[in-house]
Amino acid sequence: MIELSHIEKRFGDAVILKDISIRIPEGSVTALVGPSGGGKSTLLRCINLLEIPTAGTIRLGDEKISFTLGQKTGWQAIQKIRRQTGMVFQNFQLFPHQTAIENVMEGLITVLKWPKEKARERAMELLTKVNMAHKADAWPSTLSGGQQQRVAIARALAPSPRVLLCDEPTSALDPELSAEVVDVLGRLAREGTTMVMATHDLRLASKIANDVVFLEAGSVVETGSARNIFTAPERERTKRFISTINAAHTYDI
Amino acid sequence: MPHWLQLMAESLGPLLWAGLIFTIPLTLLSFTLGLILGLLTAIARLFAPAPIAAIARFYVWAIRGTPLLVQLFVIFYGLPSIGILLDAFPAALIGFTLNIGAYSSEIIRAVISSVPKGQWEAAYSIGMSWRQAMSRTILPQAGRVAVPPLSNTFISLVKDTSLAAAITVPELFQAAQRIVATTYEPLILYIQAALIYLALSSVLSALQVRLERRFARYGGMLEANA
Repeated sequence: MIELSHIEKRFGDAVILKDISIRIPEGSVTALVGPSGGGKSTLLRCINLLEIPTAGTIRLGDEKISFTLGQKTGWQAIQKIRRQTGMVFQNFQLFPHQTAIENVMEGLITVLKWPKEKARERAMELLTKVNMAHKADAWPSTLSGGQQQRVAIARALAPSPRVLLCDEPTSALDPELSAEVVDVLGRLAREGTTMVMATHDLRLASKIANDVVFLEAGSVVETGSARNIFTAPERERTKRFISTINAAHTYDI
Repeated sequence: MPHWLQLMAESLGPLLWAGLIFTIPLTLLSFTLGLILGLLTAIARLFAPAPIAAIARFYVWAIRGTPLLVQLFVIFYGLPSIGILLDAFPAALIGFTLNIGAYSSEIIRAVISSVPKGQWEAAYSIGMSWRQAMSRTILPQAGRVAVPPLSNTFISLVKDTSLAAAITVPELFQAAQRIVATTYEPLILYIQAALIYLALSSVLSALQVRLERRFARYGGMLEANA
């Protein structure tokens, strides 16, 4: 269970997130959707503390951490939360000086101090899972965007995180490459991987999310099951937003 | 054998010997120590609290703003006045190390900043500490970009070690001066010294090319990181 309570995030005077409380059950996929600048990426980055909330509480598994204005958060506390998460970035952010498999092994070797052989085995399993085993020794610069993102997913999963955070995982990809990544994420979802993804790719959200949180201007407008939000949104604002993809869906083959 | 060639042949041994036991060790030692100092200075300027960053900035400002020869004179001839007496070689080593530290810190600072912020985040996201992210993710990428400018600094250093002659270090150039004092053949000897420096620099340039090739194996920086 991931629980965010009364999360607030400010940059100077600008309030990016206002009093956000959501619960994410284990084994489910939650999509954070909404217009650009609505705060979905910031909220996602608050879960693994790449952004430190200004106020609020985060509970992740057995760890709980609270934030109050002006109080600095200790490194140990941050690590306890962060180590339970894995993250996939919009621009992949593979380590360019390491091969695909070295990227996946990196966290196991450097952070978890696994022996090299064991790390290699685990990395190979994960690369196989994302259909990238054949490119294990390739440099990231020689891979397509979709391939890089699949390696990045394997890297994020390597330390067996409790939750996989995906920040616009398909936004830098054309539709065809995007499909490869959606397939992999969909498979992980069916296997019961807990995921939270910030996305404006509503097709991605409608395909694999169980729950949807609609954010606008730093506040939660509506939450609900993906089915309800996409077919029968309650709020006028959500309806308008959803209708933009439903229009696109009519062209689906 | 013409006179000039015979003179060169006779002086080659002493010149190379001086280069081997003074010029090369002085260069390698002060470059290595200077790089460590430069890395610490760059990190201080980028990440340390304001007072420490200010000290680092002051150090770079003072060293870059004063002539190397003057710095060597202060260390070797000046410091004894306040009771700090150094032999010529350690004095030169300190002078060159401080110099390389200041110049390389600017290069290192620039190349560390050139690594995209997303790389730090990726490293943190898999649980790395600042130190692990720095050593495993950021520096290897920064190092690749740093090879050409640091090679420049290194080659300048080889030539600048000739200034150590002025504070009595019996290195290559001073060896040439000594032979000139007995043979009265400045043109031949100084040209010969110049040729040896040229050969040393050429070897280093060749090493630079090899190093760049080694780093080039992982292709261009990722498009997404550009």
